[in-house]
Amino acid sequence: MELFWTSIAGILTLSVLSFLYADNPFYKAAEHIFIGIAAGYVFCAQFHNVFIPNLWTPLTQHGELIMLIPFALGSALFTRFFKGIGWISRWPMSVIIGTYAGLAVIGFASGDLVLQVQASLIPVFVPATIDAFTTNMTFVNFLNIFTNLLFTVGLITVLFYFFFSLEHKGGLKHVALAGTTLLMIGFGAGYGYTVMTRIALLFDRFYFLFVEWLKIA
Amino acid sequence: MARSILDKLESLDRRWIFLAIGLAVAFPIFIRFGLEPNVSPPVKAFYDTIEKLPPHSRVLCSFDFDPGAKAELLPMCVAVLRHIIEKGHKPVIFTLWSLAPSMVEEQCNAVCKREYGLKYGVDYVYLGFKEGREAVMVSMGRSMRDAFPNDFYGTPIAELPLMSDVENYSSFAVLVNISSGYPGTKEYVQYVEARFDIPLISGASAVSVPEYAAYYQSGQLEGLLTGMTGAAEYEKLIRRPDFGHIAMDGQTIGHLVIIAFILFGNLIYIINRRRKA
Repeated sequence: MELFWTSIAGILTLSVLSFLYADNPFYKAAEHIFIGIAAGYVFCAQFHNVFIPNLWTPLTQHGELIMLIPFALGSALFTRFFKGIGWISRWPMSVIIGTYAGLAVIGFASGDLVLQVQASLIPVFVPATIDAFTTNMTFVNFLNIFTNLLFTVGLITVLFYFFFSLEHKGGLKHVALAGTTLLMIGFGAGYGYTVMTRIALLFDRFYFLFVEWLKIA
Repeated sequence: MARSILDKLESLDRRWIFLAIGLAVAFPIFIRFGLEPNVSPPVKAFYDTIEKLPPHSRVLCSFDFDPGAKAELLPMCVAVLRHIIEKGHKPVIFTLWSLAPSMVEEQCNAVCKREYGLKYGVDYVYLGFKEGREAVMVSMGRSMRDAFPNDFYGTPIAELPLMSDVENYSSFAVLVNISSGYPGTKEYVQYVEARFDIPLISGASAVSVPEYAAYYQSGQLEGLLTGMTGAAEYEKLIRRPDFGHIAMDGQTIGHLVIIAFILFGNLIYIINRRRKA
């Protein structure tokens, strides 16, 4: 039985990969199967993992009547499907947006803004890196001396690129250009990480096909 | 003749590129090169955080990803769990992703119960899934029992020996988060690390790491694992080569082929532009 389901997974994997050659009925079939199963799975997972333990069980088995409030708010979301009373769905939406906006402000202020600004205010040269280089004269130790300097220059130039109150001309043009260049390097690194993720996923699929399913490697 | 070849190369059918990358990634499955990853400072810092914990510490593990990121993050979870267990610590595992509970439970039992023979409730606990995202993170800081009254199997956590005296984050030595998006490391930094006194270490999909690297640099994360490479590096540190190591060959060759295509494509473009000028 296990071989049967593994074979189904293998055939569906091949069907999806076949899109790389050209769009075809096998790919279309796999796509529709995936969408149908994913929609059903997500609904069941949410129903059993969210609705039953968080609302239904406390309300019906533990008699927690306070749960009637989220139940009413949750039910009100479905009024969107009815033209005349669709406006009621704005109430639960306002509760959701208000709650998450409040949470986001607290989280961003304490976790991102303050601590990231604090961590950006660093000495340009750290004596310990110079000591490390004089003790052990390697190329890496030499470059380490300039780490904080590069960070600070990068921070200032990139921030300046987004400072639009002064026209970027003359000497300032070069500062903004340096910021643009560093941003491009950052985007390139980010894209590199994306490629890394996709290659890892591709390798996993090939490993499944050749080792776990076909057992030819 | 040369012109004709250059024109053809400039408009090369992309399916040849797909084929080349596919062959490059699949080739090491048949012939392994055994490439060893170099351990990077964020991975070493992650490892050292676990190494330096007091004996028999409780380690809170939040594994937040769905089957789409399983390939990248499951090897990482396995390596980290092995390290935690081999150091004699006790993992308490849960997830905030609704599509993860069964997948995490299967892996949790595979490592904790079948591989190491740990006793459930005494040596490790699986709390399962809880909806609420950031609200659950904050709730655990106030009371663990409010956030997770029962474990994954419906047993009240007060009845589990490992959890009987657990109050909140202060009952754990460290929080390990392995995530592929929202809710995940960013939210743990914002709502837990900044507000509660618990060290945070993270493993993430490579695509998320540029965002999280700033948290490591600022000290908000004490260690950071990056995708499949992070798993391979961690496997090297704990001396347990596994899927991460096998995947490194495919990933390295795949990256080399992509780099070659980028260089080759640019070279052809420059030659053709000069020729046409």
